[in-house]
Amino acid sequence: MAKNKSNTAYVSDIDQYNLKKTSPVAKVFIYIGLAVWTFVNLYPLFWMFTFSLKSNEEIYGLNVAGLPQNWLWSNYPEALRTGNMPRYFLNSIIITIAAMAITLIAALMATYALTRIRWWGSKLMNSIFMLGLTIPLHASILPVYLILSKLGWLNSYQALIIPYSAFSLAMAILICTGFMVDIPKDLDEAANIDGCGLWGTFFRVILPLTKPAFATIGIYSFLQSWNELMFANIFNSKGDLKTIPVGIQAFQGQYLTDWGLVGAVLVMATFPTLIAYVFLSKKIQSSFIAGAVKG
Amino acid sequence: MKNKSLIKGINIFLFLLPALILFFGILIAPIFMSGYYSFFDWNGMSSAKEFIGLKNYTEMFTSNSIGFGKALKNSLLLAVLSVFIQLPLSLGLALLLGKGIKGERFFLSVFFMPVLISTVVIGQLWLKIYNPDYGILNVILGKLGLENLQQLWLGDKKLALWACFVPMLWQYVGYHMLLMYAGVKGVSTDLREAAMIDGATQGQVNRYIVIPIIKPVLRVSVIFAVTGSLKAYDLIYVLTNGGPLHATEVPSTRMIEMLFQRNRYGMGSAMAVMLIILCFIFAMIISAVFKEDR
Repeated sequence: MAKNKSNTAYVSDIDQYNLKKTSPVAKVFIYIGLAVWTFVNLYPLFWMFTFSLKSNEEIYGLNVAGLPQNWLWSNYPEALRTGNMPRYFLNSIIITIAAMAITLIAALMATYALTRIRWWGSKLMNSIFMLGLTIPLHASILPVYLILSKLGWLNSYQALIIPYSAFSLAMAILICTGFMVDIPKDLDEAANIDGCGLWGTFFRVILPLTKPAFATIGIYSFLQSWNELMFANIFNSKGDLKTIPVGIQAFQGQYLTDWGLVGAVLVMATFPTLIAYVFLSKKIQSSFIAGAVKG
Repeated sequence: MKNKSLIKGINIFLFLLPALILFFGILIAPIFMSGYYSFFDWNGMSSAKEFIGLKNYTEMFTSNSIGFGKALKNSLLLAVLSVFIQLPLSLGLALLLGKGIKGERFFLSVFFMPVLISTVVIGQLWLKIYNPDYGILNVILGKLGLENLQQLWLGDKKLALWACFVPMLWQYVGYHMLLMYAGVKGVSTDLREAAMIDGATQGQVNRYIVIPIIKPVLRVSVIFAVTGSLKAYDLIYVLTNGGPLHATEVPSTRMIEMLFQRNRYGMGSAMAVMLIILCFIFAMIISAVFKEDR
């Protein structure tokens, strides 16, 4: 297909043309459709927020859909007190940040060796790492469980930090590659002439230039670890070291009929991410795109 | 000279080391271990493993109490639903937003939001939505005078899998939409304009220009949707854990039950291996289909 030459003189005409093409009736339908889908996306969350502020009497009195008659903010402190949730928050934060840091360091170093140093196995090694994108990680659950239990590491932070670091590694290397191949090779050579070895080049030249990738990888790895359930549920299901997803499951099992408390926990687990999203929406979206478009 | 290349080699190895340890320790080695265990009858407790060849694999598909076949069928149904309901919806939204309309950023951000919410929260929220007595769904149906449409939803053997699919769709439409949107935005405006001047309608532009160009993205989306359905676990675990009466079992719920409730380590490992094989086969088939089409 021959690409037509760009002709900027036409652009303004075409905008009008474009507008005319979409008839007002079609436009109305488009916006109705979008509004419906917006509602479908937001209403469940809004509803979750409303029932987190209700008492059971209100729910069972069949005020399920409406706003709370009296806003029971006390559900929140009570949920925090009863469910050990602050502890689980702390656990999730520690595990997630540690996994994020390990993934980032491992991916940056590996990508440097794969894209900036010339050697015979770089292509092959890269494609081996990329297998990690397709392999379902669940498949490794039993061997990892057996290893952890042999080491006596079940129900510990490292029981999740290590697998989680491995989870996002392939994607992190893929994202990192995208950033590192764009750096001109001359820079490495110049650094080399100035007496920088491989490590010097890595720390002083490449790392500073790859900084934009940190956020992209960090966000991806954060969400992977923060929301993970299967491994957390098997490896860290006992004691105080549960993560939020496992904690929520336990909480809900204990307070099954207490809608307000469960709602409060769900809201508290969700809103930090959503608030971060309000401020970082572009960055977060681009980290999802960066990973998948090449994959 | 020799010395120099040796040092270089050592350095390369050191740079790769952290990634290699993680990758081989958590991914590659465990997969080979699973492959090895899958040939044994082993309960994990005793050190005695009995070699039984491929018997785990044949039993997996023939035994009703193992239920892997049924679980696989369920996950394939989820895959079909994802590809033919979820992805077209995502594509529609992506095309609509990608051509540039008022409020584009707002809609994009809202539609992507569910992707960021933890699956456990989504599962718990939908448990409440589906609650037969106080869930918003039945309550609204009741208020509309449609009591005869009220259902047990997750408690109904026939409906449960469909009821599980809805939150799955809800969670991931935005994800696929975002990928496709990025693709649509990459289509040069010149090309669209040229086609419009030649008298193509909006639909024709999408059909003959935009969709062929974003095919690589569509391929990725289809692969993710299908392998994602094969691997589905979290949401099913929270919503039904395979029930009622095994109506919503998927391969992963069977695997976890075999491993950690029934202590059938050999059988569970065979399922793990089967999952890997299936994911690879489907990824290859889908890639081949997309290539042929081109």
